[in-house]
Amino acid sequence: MTGSSNRPASILALCLILVTAWLLWSGIYKPLLLGLGTFSCILSVYVAYRLGFFRDSSGLHVIPRLPRYWGWLMPEIVRSSIDVARIVLDPKLPISPTVVEFEAAPKGPVGQAILGNAITLSPGTVTLDVYDGRLRVHCLTREGAESLLSGDANRRAADLTIH
Amino acid sequence: MIDILSWILLVLGGGFVFVGGVGALRLPNFYTRMHAASLTDTMGTILILAGIMLQAGWSLATIKLIAILVFLLLTGPTATYALANAALLSGLKPDAGRTGDSRDRNEEDGRDNGQGDKP
Repeated sequence: MTGSSNRPASILALCLILVTAWLLWSGIYKPLLLGLGTFSCILSVYVAYRLGFFRDSSGLHVIPRLPRYWGWLMPEIVRSSIDVARIVLDPKLPISPTVVEFEAAPKGPVGQAILGNAITLSPGTVTLDVYDGRLRVHCLTREGAESLLSGDANRRAADLTIH
Repeated sequence: MIDILSWILLVLGGGFVFVGGVGALRLPNFYTRMHAASLTDTMGTILILAGIMLQAGWSLATIKLIAILVFLLLTGPTATYALANAALLSGLKPDAGRTGDSRDRNEEDGRDNGQGDKP
C-alpha cells in the first residue's frame, strides 16, 4: 500500500494529468481560458481529495502498466464479441446462462474494480456483484463461465496492481 | 486505401451495433439482454471510433477521439455494473441453468423488467 508519504506525489501526478488534459483538449491559450483551467484543476483535485482518492493506494501507479494489459484484453474482447454475435444470430439461440462466483486475485479496491470492469467489458460476461473480495459473474454460456474460472483474467488483473 | 479501411471499420461497427440490437430483442430476459447491450457498448464503440480516427488522420482530433474511446470504455462497464447490481439487489434472480426454451416464463420476465432494458 502507498502510505501517506506518497500522498504529495499522488496529488502532483493527478494535477499534471489534469493540466495536460486541459491544455490538449482546449487548444486555446488565452489568459481567461488558462485561468479557468487552473481553477478547474484545483477544484477537481480538491473534490478527489474530499472523496478520499488519496487516502490509500490511489491507483495512479497502475497507469504505466495499462497498455500491456489492454494489449491482452483487446483480442479477448474481439473473440468474445464474435462468439456472442454468432450466438445472437443463430436461429436456435444456443445460450446456457450461468452464474459463477470466485475469489478475486487482486486484493486492493483498484485491482478489483479493474477486474470487474474488464469482465463486464468483454461481451458474454457481466459482473453482478463485488463483495468481500468475491466476484459474482453472469455468463451467457457455460463455456464462457468455464474459461473465466480458468483464472487468466483474474491473474492478469492481479499482476497489474502488484507493487 | 485508408478511406476503404476506415469504411470497413465503420460498417463492421454498425453491424455489431445492429447485432446488439437484435440480441436485445431476441434474448429471453434481463440478464441475458445485458450481454447484447455490452456488444453494442464495446465492439460497436471501438470499431466506429477507430473508423472515425482513420478519417481524421494524424491530428489533435485523433488524440481527442482516443480519449473519448478510453472514457467510454471506462464508464460503460461501470454503468452496466450499476444496472446489474441494482437488479440483483432488488431481488431479480439470475437465471442460472435456464435456457431460452421455456418461452412462457421468459415472456413474463421480459414484462417485469421492461424498464431495465437498454436499447
